[in-house]
Amino acid sequence: MNQHTPLTAIIVSSVFVNNIILMRFLGLCSFFGVSNRFSSATGMSAATLFVMLMATVATWAVYWLVLVPLNLVFLKIIVFILVISSLVQLVEMFLKRAAPALFNALGIYLPLITTNCAILAVTFLTVEYRFDLGRALLFAGSVGAGYTIAIVMFASVRERLELAPLPNAVKGYGIVFVTAGLMSLAFMGLTGLFGY
Amino acid sequence: MKVIRDALVRGFRENPVLIMMIGLCPVLACSTSANDALGMGIAATFVLLCSNVLVSALRSLIPQEIRIPVFIVIIATFTTVVDYAMQAYAPALSESLGVFVPLIVVNCIILARAESFAYRNGIFASAADALGMGAGFTAAIVTVGLLREALGNGTVFGAALPVETPAVAMVLPPGAFLALGVVVTLVKYIEGKSGRRATVISNLPSACDACGMRAVCVPRAPGGGNAPVAAGAQSAGAGERS
Repeated sequence: MNQHTPLTAIIVSSVFVNNIILMRFLGLCSFFGVSNRFSSATGMSAATLFVMLMATVATWAVYWLVLVPLNLVFLKIIVFILVISSLVQLVEMFLKRAAPALFNALGIYLPLITTNCAILAVTFLTVEYRFDLGRALLFAGSVGAGYTIAIVMFASVRERLELAPLPNAVKGYGIVFVTAGLMSLAFMGLTGLFGY
Repeated sequence: MKVIRDALVRGFRENPVLIMMIGLCPVLACSTSANDALGMGIAATFVLLCSNVLVSALRSLIPQEIRIPVFIVIIATFTTVVDYAMQAYAPALSESLGVFVPLIVVNCIILARAESFAYRNGIFASAADALGMGAGFTAAIVTVGLLREALGNGTVFGAALPVETPAVAMVLPPGAFLALGVVVTLVKYIEGKSGRRATVISNLPSACDACGMRAVCVPRAPGGGNAPVAAGAQSAGAGERS
């Protein structure tokens, strides 16, 4: 993808065809960690979507307005992760004061997001694809939507898996990975959708 | 020498990937071939070694309150070094690992070792711990890589196997999940057979339990309240978890 990719291509590709979790393997810690309950899956995905949008705007601005003009692109990794972690802290403090209801819903998930590789990867990919700000936002939103779809579907499956009679060795992560593999197989069927 | 041997044993007994279930993203994404897997294993081990040594050397200077940001900056520095070195000396590998090279910075294993081991132990012990954990990580990712390459491509490290029609799905994304599922199941099965108490906890701890950030977020994290820090490797009895 690049700065001329049509908007529909960005949406279809990042929600389905290159689903961030099932196709790109990013954000797996949170995917496997909080998908054991439907409610925590929805909370986590809302928080991720929110931070993903904010982080993309912030790192996009820092990269193109500060790092590129100053020739400091090699500091990208350090700067991005610091920007994201301070951003998460700020958002947390702001939400606590300004929107306590939203804070109660998202608050517990925010600190988990600082080292979520999905967020960091989206910011890296955004600058690698040289997206303009509009495309960057659309990309982040679509990736977040793809994350939500995957984790919510997976949580629904896992709630039922808890009750399944399984051999001991397969219980736990064994069956969870195989289930994720089958979901990934289903998503692979979307490859080539609308020609993307 | 005992320190090194203990660290190696720990790297396999408490395998970060197959037992503690952390650092999964690179294991799934960079295991399409044994070569890529080995490259990722070595790169991550290098960052782990350097960050462990530096964190351990500076541990009396790093204030308790801001230790996590300091660890992240240290890890990010070495990740940048690896990223640029790989682009210069192994461009093909760098191309096929893609965004996962800079993402070594958020590999939970590295932060977890800095937080739970290097910050509390001497330089030599921390270096040994890094080598042990790095070897455990590399072994896990190469195992998955070998399985996927052999089944999906009919080759091992690029050398052809007598396979007529490889199962292409194994080198595609679904194959990664399936291969890791099979390896994890096998590890658990062998553990059960050998009579050792199964270390894989069946009611799935939250991923936070093994993560280096746990100390920061867990008081408020969902459902992660009472499980012990999985990576607490202070002594020989570190594997004993409830």
